[in-house]
Amino acid sequence: MTLRITSKHVEAILEQSRAEYPDECCGVILGPEGKDLAQILKPMINAAHSPTFYEFDSKDLLSLYRELDDNSQEIVVVYHSHTETEAYPSRTDISYASEPNAHYVLVSTRKEIAPENEFRSYRIIDGVVSEEDVEIVDSL
Amino acid sequence: MSAPTIEVRIPTILRPFTKGEKVVSVEATNLAELISALDANYTGLGERLLENGELRRFINIYINDEDVRFMGSLTASLKAGDSVTILPAVAGGC
Repeated sequence: MTLRITSKHVEAILEQSRAEYPDECCGVILGPEGKDLAQILKPMINAAHSPTFYEFDSKDLLSLYRELDDNSQEIVVVYHSHTETEAYPSRTDISYASEPNAHYVLVSTRKEIAPENEFRSYRIIDGVVSEEDVEIVDSL
Repeated sequence: MSAPTIEVRIPTILRPFTKGEKVVSVEATNLAELISALDANYTGLGERLLENGELRRFINIYINDEDVRFMGSLTASLKAGDSVTILPAVAGGC
């Protein structure tokens, strides 16, 4: 599997992760159902406001799913930042991962080790993590 | 009087329990009854929603637009016309 994502979205996610540092940032990219097209970037509020945890606010989560239903869309990408650790799913990330069809994107804001583009993508299905390639394109 | 029929929206990850159905209907007068009824019809679903008799931390359940945690959780009452939405939390951390 490969995640195809526009450079504009990659830049926006990295920018959000820097802006919200030292908290973890989070969000989704939406697209039409069943097409695996990461089209609409939707930054979400980290209701946990924490450097070690993120969680979508429960009301925001409901509105998001209502919007998806109304527009026949799905969550194509779920992203969040790790502030001081590698861009690899943690045990917590794995235990909470509940969208078997989504690409789970991790970015890291750790400054001392991370190259500027520490931007990685995974599938997390039934607790099993598989990293996938990220293809950054000008347009989808 | 019999219990009202309540529509329940099932998230993708739990649809294997409902044979792929997105929306199911059960009869219940409160959330605890609703979860028992779901589990009776779709074996194993109850365990994905409850842990030690409480709502699981990473499952959100809404009655209409309200998170049941603000409505008494399992004791939240249901009436005809209510709809219930189950959503897994989107969360994680380092």
